[in-house]
Amino acid sequence: MKKLVWERKDLLGLADLSKEEVELILETAESFKEVSSRQIKKVPALRGKTVVNLFYEPSTRTRVSFEIAAKRLSCDVINIIADTSSVRKGESLVDTGKNLEALKIDIIVLRHNSSGAAHLLARNVGVSVINAGDGWHEHPTQALLDIFTLKEKFGKIAGLNVTIVGDIAHSRVARSNIWGLTKLGANVCVCAPASLLPAEIEKLGVRAVTDLDEALKGADCVNVLRMQLERDERSIFPSSLDYFKEYGITAERLKKLKKNILIMHPGPLNRGVEISSEVADGKDSVILEQVTNGIAVRMAVLYLVSQGKEKYAFNY
Amino acid sequence: MKKIKILDREAIRRALIRIAHEILERNRGAQDLCLIGIRTRGVYLAQRLCEQIKNIEDRSVPVGILDITLYRDDLTLIAPHPVVHKTEIDFDINDKNIILVDDVLYTGRTIRAALDALIDFGRPKTIQVAVLIDRGHRELPIRADYVGKNIPTAKDEFVEVYLEEVDGKEEVVIIEL
Repeated sequence: MKKLVWERKDLLGLADLSKEEVELILETAESFKEVSSRQIKKVPALRGKTVVNLFYEPSTRTRVSFEIAAKRLSCDVINIIADTSSVRKGESLVDTGKNLEALKIDIIVLRHNSSGAAHLLARNVGVSVINAGDGWHEHPTQALLDIFTLKEKFGKIAGLNVTIVGDIAHSRVARSNIWGLTKLGANVCVCAPASLLPAEIEKLGVRAVTDLDEALKGADCVNVLRMQLERDERSIFPSSLDYFKEYGITAERLKKLKKNILIMHPGPLNRGVEISSEVADGKDSVILEQVTNGIAVRMAVLYLVSQGKEKYAFNY
Repeated sequence: MKKIKILDREAIRRALIRIAHEILERNRGAQDLCLIGIRTRGVYLAQRLCEQIKNIEDRSVPVGILDITLYRDDLTLIAPHPVVHKTEIDFDINDKNIILVDDVLYTGRTIRAALDALIDFGRPKTIQVAVLIDRGHRELPIRADYVGKNIPTAKDEFVEVYLEEVDGKEEVVIIEL
């Protein structure tokens, strides 16, 4: 059996990855998970590497998760929040990236509000770029940790029925999940009000429905997306209360189903908007396990991209 | 390419039985003893030593698995990086006598990495090294406490250990290029 070798310097999204590459990340993450359960939660694997978290959008869990992952690999980590940096003076993303490269850093973890930002940066710098969310496009490490959690719970991904509920149109989490899950052979169903379902979403190989009860029928897992209240969504949906009535995941709704289904949510939770507290804190919820698994997945990604081919002039 | 068989199935079995006796003699029994195999082949050798110790002392000792990939000193030099596998040590190693088990002792760098990894798990009373083959050419001040067979080799030769569990055959060969 030929072992797949990771060759990419960047992780920009799951759309470009092969099935084998996704599986390699998941397998590597499995090995890294144990490190966080030790008393000394640190290995020297990436000693001497510098990771910069470059965040143009607010984020707590993703940034902290990346920072912890990097530190557990013995990297040095620097956080740059766009609001308090020279970005405010008008420096472009590419210029910022090139300056970081001149500071001899090794990996940039980028969160940006524009779709494609990570690709743009990766094309223009020689250091590794990891996409930590770009606009409405992709959030690959979130999807990888979702898939990792599913694999842990069900043993496999092929044949699983996964329903994603929420603002599909504006969700990079949904898109990365769709690409990752369909590659591994899961059956994906997306569910949202018609106004939040992109036209032709079915071309990505998913089933699209507007009725939540229908979407939950036969599902093994439901991944509940966050309603993005910071966006002005009133034009799309009258109120969060109305949304909860139609699309909220509640115990009553789940009781109608024949079996228990796994509850996932990328966080942060809007309790009483897309999910009830009873379900979020219930026995089928793996929301906090997802957070724990995020560290292992991000350690795996940092480890793999740091061997990126373009950085090595020789092989041995 | 010339292949010379140094140990066959029976010779490997006898070497492991002798090492098991030596371990028990040196440690005055199996109390506080733990075996930790270094991936890949060290794991199977550790399991076999555990069996032998059980035969001799009628007592089970815990067996752990150590993956040293993340502790290698050449990670920055190797592209692509080696595949990381799981470390599985689900017992307390504090104040225990640990026997690190590997198939071949060569430069000593694997054992150096294993020592660093182990010490992250606690503070054992002693760490001892058991290997099936010692082929010489150390680059670090490290030695084995228990050796199946010492084999003088040239640096351009290869020593290959084949075990039933992974390779479907049981022998040690030396390969001259």
